[in-house]
Amino acid sequence: MICSVTDNKLSIEKSDPGRRGLWCKNPLRAKAKLPAALLRKSPPRLPELAEFDVVRHYTRLSRLNFSVDTHFYPLGSCTMKYNPRFNEEAAALEGFAALHPLAHDTCAQGTLELLHDLSARLTELCGLDAITLQPAAGAHSEFTGLLLAKAYFEARGENRTEIVCPDSAHGTNPATASMMGFTTVNLASKPDGRLDVEELKKHIGPKTAVLMLTMPNTLGIFESNIEAIAKAVHEAGALFYMDGANLNALIGMVKPGDFGVDMMHLNFHKTFSTPHGGGGPGAGAIVCSKALAPFLPVPTVKKENGRYVSDFGDGRSIGKVKAFFGNTGVLVRAYAYMLAHSAKEFGEIAVAAILNANYVAALLKDLYPAYSKEYCMHECVLTPGADMTAKGLKTLDIAKGLLDRGFHAPTIYFPNIVHEAIMIEPTETESKETLDEFVAAMRDIHDKGIADPQALKDAPHTMPVKRLDEVQAARQPNLRW
Amino acid sequence: MYIPHTKKDKEEMLKTIGAPSFEDLVKQVPSKFLWPKFDLPADSLDESQAAARMAGLAGKNCRPLNFVGAGAYDRYTPAAVKAITSRTEFLTAYTPYQPEASQGTLQAIYEFQSTVSALYGMDCANASMYDGASSFAEAVRAAVRVTGRKKIVYAAGVNPQYMDTLKTYFAHSPEYSYVKVPLKDGAMDHAALPALLEGAACLAVQTPNFLGLIEDMAGVADLVKKAGALLVAAADPVSLGLLAAPGDYGADFAVGEGQSLGLPLAYGGPYLGLFSCKKEHVRQMPGRIAGLTKDKDGRRGFVLTLQAREQHIRRDKAASNICSNEALCALAATVYSALYGPEGLKELAEANAGAAAFAAERLGAITGCSLKFKGPFFNEFVLSVPGKAAALREKALAMRGVDIGLPLAPLYPELGETLLVCATETKTEADILKLADAIKEAL
Repeated sequence: MICSVTDNKLSIEKSDPGRRGLWCKNPLRAKAKLPAALLRKSPPRLPELAEFDVVRHYTRLSRLNFSVDTHFYPLGSCTMKYNPRFNEEAAALEGFAALHPLAHDTCAQGTLELLHDLSARLTELCGLDAITLQPAAGAHSEFTGLLLAKAYFEARGENRTEIVCPDSAHGTNPATASMMGFTTVNLASKPDGRLDVEELKKHIGPKTAVLMLTMPNTLGIFESNIEAIAKAVHEAGALFYMDGANLNALIGMVKPGDFGVDMMHLNFHKTFSTPHGGGGPGAGAIVCSKALAPFLPVPTVKKENGRYVSDFGDGRSIGKVKAFFGNTGVLVRAYAYMLAHSAKEFGEIAVAAILNANYVAALLKDLYPAYSKEYCMHECVLTPGADMTAKGLKTLDIAKGLLDRGFHAPTIYFPNIVHEAIMIEPTETESKETLDEFVAAMRDIHDKGIADPQALKDAPHTMPVKRLDEVQAARQPNLRW
Repeated sequence: MYIPHTKKDKEEMLKTIGAPSFEDLVKQVPSKFLWPKFDLPADSLDESQAAARMAGLAGKNCRPLNFVGAGAYDRYTPAAVKAITSRTEFLTAYTPYQPEASQGTLQAIYEFQSTVSALYGMDCANASMYDGASSFAEAVRAAVRVTGRKKIVYAAGVNPQYMDTLKTYFAHSPEYSYVKVPLKDGAMDHAALPALLEGAACLAVQTPNFLGLIEDMAGVADLVKKAGALLVAAADPVSLGLLAAPGDYGADFAVGEGQSLGLPLAYGGPYLGLFSCKKEHVRQMPGRIAGLTKDKDGRRGFVLTLQAREQHIRRDKAASNICSNEALCALAATVYSALYGPEGLKELAEANAGAAAFAAERLGAITGCSLKFKGPFFNEFVLSVPGKAAALREKALAMRGVDIGLPLAPLYPELGETLLVCATETKTEADILKLADAIKEAL
């Protein structure tokens, strides 16, 4: 019964002692002679399965997922764009995949050249001067950025202890700040969703190390007073950090360095099309100004006499944030994506991303009021209308209704400052037809929800499981077999 | 470019939006910043051109017969692992925020957590960290949070990159101190422990250690407990097919680099941070955790759980800032472990130990070379060489295309001119004879 659609067994429950998938028959096994005292007392409780059992088990699991390839996935702030097949093929090339991270530089010329060229192109796209590709993810980049700030101020003999961020910021901003021993100063956003420059001025000063600002912000709005913001930050002697999670709205259209950004992070798994893999691996980068460059993690790559070499800096580096070079396998994919775009074509990504978000908003805002009355950038934040709220319908119900209609839900209940937020980021790779179908589904949810609210509250009806008891999961954690 | 929009689509969409032009949509961006000039190649490449460029770059990396390990190991990736991880339902999904539409990823994470817990002999594990170094650093951070102490005692045999990463994590806090337990014959000097552990948050130890030696963990946990500290153990997961598990010797937190479980070397990543602990510390675990629960109809299902620790809920009070993990790598490791099973992992571990033992026997017999340490080792060992180890490595690479090992002088100057030589199950007797010949010729 292993292939039954109703099968929800764990791999261990399919195990049959003595069954095997793979063997290791290397005759050198016979040379292993280790003292018995060092050996484990009992074998690990792992499944014993034939190869086909394993393949069928995980193939079955894969089919329980929604994914970009199978479903429209408009998860706001996550940039779930198409992940080109070519990138996967490039990363799998033996020359890249089999290279040991401690290989001698002479053996790694291809990868080093790739990293060098990728670095150069990214710094140019951002309008900044230097880069590290070492962080493994966005939050890891934030951590790296704040370390740079710390080192920068220490070198100047300044003790700055505060990180300022707006209340619309991603949770990783304040979490990273406190992980680093900084105090977070939260700024209330203006009613239009923007940072209040007067509030900012009141809250920054000699204690401020960094302003962390997502651009466009998590409401999908650009901080149009960006020049005044950058000026205020710099006058306070602080640094301006741009959270680049939403860079897809700006790529190829502007250079963040022109705004006065001192450093920013990139999420390769968002803007640069590398797959999310169910939650990772991602890869991050910090792109920064000359003033911060000496503190970047080591090694970076430089070209010397026609050869590429690891550069360990001049001793001012913050050190390592990760073993080895970073998630190079992800960076190879990002580079493949780079090759497929000229600067002008990057600009077209921003254009299509912005068009798509506004198109969805325009077709839904009569039923799902938009938080902002302006045009949005790459994502729009909608809310359930008063008629749905009156029937007791919530954003969560709408999300589940979408699953029944074959769409992944948008990001919900974020940003926190919007009550019942529905944050929709279509990305540039979705066609008008897909958006039309999504709009039709959202409108259908509205109509059916008003007609029969209970049915929507019970959604989803067509998924492998119904709504799950998260309270029980947290109260009596069952985390393993 | 991967954009489906035709000119007509764009016009129709603008019309629906009610904007006269695209420029109207981006009026919020000061116009002086729009459409700058970029110093980038004028043209993009088509796919066949890009394929040639990528193949050209890949071809510039050389493929030596590799005997470097030092925290990243030559492994065979089984075809079935590649087949599963290239299922795009796994590959192109995001973090399972909508559990009903993510049961595949969530169950796979649950099975991963179970696999890690079983291998390490611990009560529970999380959904993965960035790599072994970040798992190690987060485990020490957790120990610091639990004990409220700031003295970190670590064995000299801990991977130096792990220590570098840890120190970077704590760079903001000068009040943390690091106390090294010295090496004795390449392993931790037990006699030094009682004094050093006084007032410590934890003892962090790695076994097999960076130099390949298997630490004798007998009695260590008792000493640690007596000092009111916690035991943080790092271990290679393949070694645990054979060697005592951290749970066997009383570790509170156990971590490791999951790359060993069949992931490609890929010049350093993506790898896989394994993180496990005793159940009393479950709420100190950073990152995502999947849990088993029931749906409204009483059917088994999986969710992300214990989210009250996490950044998107707790913001500045979160246990960690981690958001992305290495889910796809975790899936690969889970499939790899299921394919080999307990017997297969034991065979793999034996093949590693056997290959390294054979290499040590051959290299130790070369005139002028000798094994630096006498203790039992797993899949790597330290070889003393005459002359400069770095020069020897370059010579063998150039002459024979064999990467004979990692020169240790930059990391452990006290060991003199030595190489850290690694042989995994991917190496045959013939490979090891080539290694011995390459060293002889380069000497």
